[in-house]
Amino acid sequence: MEKTDTNISGVCTPAPGEAGKTGEWRDTRPVIDPAKCIPEVKGKPACFLCWLYCPEGVVTMTIPVTIDMDYCKGCGICAEECPPNAIQMVREVDIDE
Amino acid sequence: MSDVRIITGNEAAALAVKRAEPGVIAAYPITPQTRLAEVLSEYVEKGELKAEYVRVESEHSSMTVCISASTVGARVFTATSSNGLLYMHEQLHWAAGSRLPVVMCCVNRGVGAPWSIFNDQQDSFSQRDTGWIQLYCRDNQEILDTVLQAYRIAEEVYLPVMVCYDGFVLSHTMMPVDVPDAGLVKKFLPPYRPHTILSPEDPKTINPVFFASRRENADGVLCDGYMEMRYKMQAAFERSRTVINAASDEWAKLSGRNHGGMIWEYMTEDADLILTGMGSIATEATLAADALRAEGIRAGVVGIRAFRPFPKEEVAQAFAKASAIAVFEKCISYGYEGGVCSDLKAALYGTDIKAPIHNYIAGLGGRDVKTRELVEAARTTFEAALAGDAGNKTIWLNCHTG
Repeated sequence: MEKTDTNISGVCTPAPGEAGKTGEWRDTRPVIDPAKCIPEVKGKPACFLCWLYCPEGVVTMTIPVTIDMDYCKGCGICAEECPPNAIQMVREVDIDE
Repeated sequence: MSDVRIITGNEAAALAVKRAEPGVIAAYPITPQTRLAEVLSEYVEKGELKAEYVRVESEHSSMTVCISASTVGARVFTATSSNGLLYMHEQLHWAAGSRLPVVMCCVNRGVGAPWSIFNDQQDSFSQRDTGWIQLYCRDNQEILDTVLQAYRIAEEVYLPVMVCYDGFVLSHTMMPVDVPDAGLVKKFLPPYRPHTILSPEDPKTINPVFFASRRENADGVLCDGYMEMRYKMQAAFERSRTVINAASDEWAKLSGRNHGGMIWEYMTEDADLILTGMGSIATEATLAADALRAEGIRAGVVGIRAFRPFPKEEVAQAFAKASAIAVFEKCISYGYEGGVCSDLKAALYGTDIKAPIHNYIAGLGGRDVKTRELVEAARTTFEAALAGDAGNKTIWLNCHTG
């Protein structure tokens, strides 16, 4: 049987996606250049300022660094903070997939 | 055995609250509600009522305390009047939208500017569309019984209920009131069961931003949008009609007192002329009906007990045989007419009732309304109808409008 919303007031359980896929809001996308990204260049955990500053918590502290595009709103803070300018904000309309 | 006490309306309300045993009370004193807030704090201070009495700096905060306490599962109470109620306005919407069964007494008082501490119903009338059920009482016994019914109604349909009664006319006037014993009230009022339990073990986000459209949550369940939530509230109001009537009937069975559910009627069976209103002015209209009958005019009274939800079906039935209708009310929707009158006309539209309706704006800011004035006004309405004048009118009663 299909589950329905039985709440009579505005209630939700904190979980990823409770507000829908906020990645749909994005009109510019962060694109990482692995040739410039410090952890990738050094091959060890380092920098991760993008992970630290991301207000959405969608950047991973991994090598390589990844960004969850389902929820990245494209604010560009990671690109602003990246010391070697490894992240470029590219307009979604200019990305061909 | 009955326990009849000679008490004011505020004391009757306080006794009802004591019997309902709320866990949290938050109130800010304001004339003419003050004595109600004081008596409740005395009960708590003496240990007669095991509630937490939260002292607040404003009415906005008293409603906020009630909202918070109700959210975590406490039965709550507050009371206010006039500008205090208006200061709560935003929080009234929050209580209703959160579907919390908050019960509040509004001791009706005129609204400033200019300042008035005296009675009319502009305060609660102006909060009509906040999503609160509004019940109006005609005497002190009804205040006590209605507060108890209010909890029963609120906790069944998950809507807040405002119990309104006229400042000074009832709040400060002593009348015999039969006080029900605690056992009887327990039979009538089951414990409060919150619709949502907020606890650290089961974290929830309450009232987040709702988007216009429905959306899927993390579990893939298609959740309500803002409009669906609003529709659920309106549906609860529609359901509350039956619940209000049932609560009244059940209380009548237990206590022997029936004040009517959505409306009450006085000698309407054969009435050609029907007087109507909310609260104590409708009580006074029963005396006017007696006087009119002594003159040979078959008059009766319909008292509007529930203003929201509006008793649309009940009035269509109660006014079916009337040939003239006089609406007396202590409020006005500026730029139009009295609010009860507008709603009544809307409820009668499309029915066979074609009686002219005269709207008397009366008793604003505590101006005395005498029975003989009601008699005279209602007689004028009746004579106009007899003379074939089908026009509706708005008349300011006992006001120098020159």
